[in-house]
Amino acid sequence: MNQVIHDPAWIDSTLTAARPQAVSALLRYFRDMDTAEEAYQEACLRALKNWPRNGPPRDPVAWLILVGRNATLDGTRRRNRDVALPPDEMISDLTDAEAPLVERLDASHYRDDVLRLLFICCHPELPATQQVALALRIVSGLSVAQIARAFLVSDAAMEQRITRAKARIAKADVPFETPGPIERSERLAAVAAMIYLLFNEGYTAGNDPARASLCDEAIRLARLLLRMFQTEPETMGLTALMLLQQSRLPARFDSEGEVILLEDQDRVLWNAKLINEGVALLDKAMRHNRPGPYQVQAAIAATHARAAHFVETDWAGIDALYAALERMQPSPVITLNRAVVTAKLHGPEAGLTMIAPLEKALSGYFHYFGTRGAFLLQLGRTGEARADFDRAIALAGTPAQAAHIRRHLDRLIQDAG
Amino acid sequence: MLYTLLCYNKEDVVWSWSKEEDDAVMSRLNVVHEKLVKEGKLGPALRLLPTTTATTLRAPDMVIDGPFAETKEQLLGFYVIDVPDLDAALAIARELSAANPTSVYEIRPVALYVPEARPNAPKDRVKAY
Repeated sequence: MNQVIHDPAWIDSTLTAARPQAVSALLRYFRDMDTAEEAYQEACLRALKNWPRNGPPRDPVAWLILVGRNATLDGTRRRNRDVALPPDEMISDLTDAEAPLVERLDASHYRDDVLRLLFICCHPELPATQQVALALRIVSGLSVAQIARAFLVSDAAMEQRITRAKARIAKADVPFETPGPIERSERLAAVAAMIYLLFNEGYTAGNDPARASLCDEAIRLARLLLRMFQTEPETMGLTALMLLQQSRLPARFDSEGEVILLEDQDRVLWNAKLINEGVALLDKAMRHNRPGPYQVQAAIAATHARAAHFVETDWAGIDALYAALERMQPSPVITLNRAVVTAKLHGPEAGLTMIAPLEKALSGYFHYFGTRGAFLLQLGRTGEARADFDRAIALAGTPAQAAHIRRHLDRLIQDAG
Repeated sequence: MLYTLLCYNKEDVVWSWSKEEDDAVMSRLNVVHEKLVKEGKLGPALRLLPTTTATTLRAPDMVIDGPFAETKEQLLGFYVIDVPDLDAALAIARELSAANPTSVYEIRPVALYVPEARPNAPKDRVKAY
């Protein structure tokens, strides 16, 4: 073990893995986010100094909580009330210094602490961008500079966003008692939505590595959630969905950073390990017979993953899954996606009919005009298609999206010329 | 004599490795694997997917989520089977469970499979028992 501990990467990943549980336990103790974070930072500094010398503690999380708490308690009055603690340099050497603490920090306690921490980050009073920024700062421990880079804003602006979010939460007076089963499942859904939001932030960002790392972070959080709630099929579904989408990353962009469509992706590049894990989780989720939107979306992604070539895609299966998703979670965007599948099965005219009623709801959505343009193009109505592609470019959210539509347009102009 | 090496690790830590960290560990392991292949000592080797993908079957027919967490029973052996999905895996686990009702079977998908590389493997396998 001593050999392992000299590897700084091991300490690093241990601190990363311990962070949510340690910070949330410290938060419960101090009831103040900044104090809890500072206590954790202090504990990490001491770990970096201590662990290489003394070897790893038996329970790193308990060590960090104990040391963080010890280091932060300053008022003598408070200290007198608590049991005297051994100096932290000694803790790893004592045979079982952490044992009494470990006994009190049972798994369900940890679980509620972490859930509370995640829930604080997705407080309903915060706008989605602040929820994600706060989760990255508090739960993942990314630096403000790292988060700022991912969201393409300045350090100062991100610092301000996080400070505002914390102030808002402090004012909202978040309850610290253990949530009951109903609250817990409601919170779980909110946390799942926040994690998926984080993933999408990275997924739509193109191939910029700083932003793409948000996907890895979202998957890490989902794994954490899954370990806490091992029997929740939707948590399995969400994790499976993200793993399956992430598996395509190596094939999604060309050397110029432009989007490669699913049908043109080199499937050999897809990450088989992520696909296997995603499919295994989905398999397990489905055995519960409690389907939900994440499971259905994961099933759609799994159907693509199972096809060795685009031409082997089971479109009828995907269409049925989209129909199920539409029933569970009616939304014009889902109908739009389903129309693409319907067009594969029954031709572009059917797709066009399906999306016609959506124009008003989706008038600001770049995919709507991109999709309609593609249907019109297949029907040979090139003039109308060109007008739709122009609108799509105007509404595109990222340069990669705009470039992708522009290529359609270029091809159209070439063919016409 | 055949020996089994069971790999235990802190899962929280392993799954918070970045891709680079994971690749670095795997390439260090591959150096050892290659050496063992050259020496004709490497039997089948596996890396399992995380415990969150695990399902447990307890006789007569209780299927539960999660890894095998009871400490009453000890790991006494394992099978490797090639089936399309969890239901097929459970069907085989049920047959085994019927034959050996006091045992508990944890079903874990495999992430990496390195096949048998020893030159005289079949003979040894007979000798092993």
